[in-house]
Amino acid sequence: MFDQLQNFADWLIYSVFSVAPESHLGEALNFFVYDTLKILILLFLIIFFMGVVNSYFPVERLRNFLSRHRFYGLEHLFASIFGAMTPFCSCSSVPLFIGFVQGGIPLGVTFSFLITSPLVNEVALALFIGMFGWKITLIYALSGILLGAIGGWVLGKLNLKNYLTDWVKQLLAKSGTEKNAFEEENRTFIERIPVIASGAWSIVKTVVSYVIIGIGIGAIMHGYVPENFFQQYLSGGQWWTVPLAVILAVPIYANAAGIVPVIQVLVAKGVPIGTAIAFMMSTIGLSLPEATLLKKVMTMRLIAIFFGVVVLFIIVSGFLFNLIL
Amino acid sequence: MKTIKILGMGCPKCKQTEAVVQKAIKELGIDAEVIKVEDIQQIMQYNILSTPALVIDEVVKSKGYVPTIAEIKNALI
Repeated sequence: MFDQLQNFADWLIYSVFSVAPESHLGEALNFFVYDTLKILILLFLIIFFMGVVNSYFPVERLRNFLSRHRFYGLEHLFASIFGAMTPFCSCSSVPLFIGFVQGGIPLGVTFSFLITSPLVNEVALALFIGMFGWKITLIYALSGILLGAIGGWVLGKLNLKNYLTDWVKQLLAKSGTEKNAFEEENRTFIERIPVIASGAWSIVKTVVSYVIIGIGIGAIMHGYVPENFFQQYLSGGQWWTVPLAVILAVPIYANAAGIVPVIQVLVAKGVPIGTAIAFMMSTIGLSLPEATLLKKVMTMRLIAIFFGVVVLFIIVSGFLFNLIL
Repeated sequence: MKTIKILGMGCPKCKQTEAVVQKAIKELGIDAEVIKVEDIQQIMQYNILSTPALVIDEVVKSKGYVPTIAEIKNALI
């Protein structure tokens, strides 16, 4: 499918601009043109597809589903899977949290959703497919889902209700009494398409600059950093590289669009993939702006516990990736 | 006069929604009051889970995405 794009990139760089294929510049430019085009196409397709799924399975329906049924532990897994399927803007995390609490959904299940949703999102998936292929993408998505399910389950066991802010506690006291008013939309598929397509287009537009910057940095590294550069320094497989990568990543607020292209090149130059993925999960799954938003519903202590548990699980999954990949 | 509320805690999508709403009002040439609701406790009174949401005369018309201009015009007339 992408052969045509490679041909186009070869033609543009080597024939039109006549840059020598073996030169660093030629390699960097070719990588940049090919990857940018490929990623933009994948982004649009996957965001559109997720938009279709989401249009038929909105988060309101998920809340009803989770609040009406009890699954004896499996609800964490469901919440996590749905978290991966429903894209939402980070500023929706607070209304979502409140909505779930009001619907009588246990705190731990809500956490499962909150952990996975930013971690496994359509932008990250599109970039992973483009940069690492299907197999790694699948492993990434599955581990993100498991991480959310288990992390939420652990947080649920910790009995953290007292660390919610006062007004949320009051909501919790009368939770479940809320009527789950959710009207089905009766629009046909054709009627939904314009909204989904324009939504997908607007997401692509907002991330395109990050994609270009990320691939630009990646292209420079691709052309100029020698192979196995990082392997030389990380060759001992030192255990502390994973936690270090994760902790360094939390304050960085980047979206998947900018970070994946850089990570792909890091991996190509010798960074172990588990370390790289842990870094990426930490960057997009936990961020300081998100913490500030969550302050409206959680005390600092709860936010610290939430971040702490997630960081711990990301580190563990980083080790696992390094072992199995 | 219509009262249009845009619910959202100030993310880029909320700002986009406001811009589209303003454009729709201008194109329709109607008189409408646009209110931005950023307080989470007020937002939650509308029983929504995702923002931005568009509320016209206290009825939720869209939630979780930036509505198209055609959609807003439809909801306004």
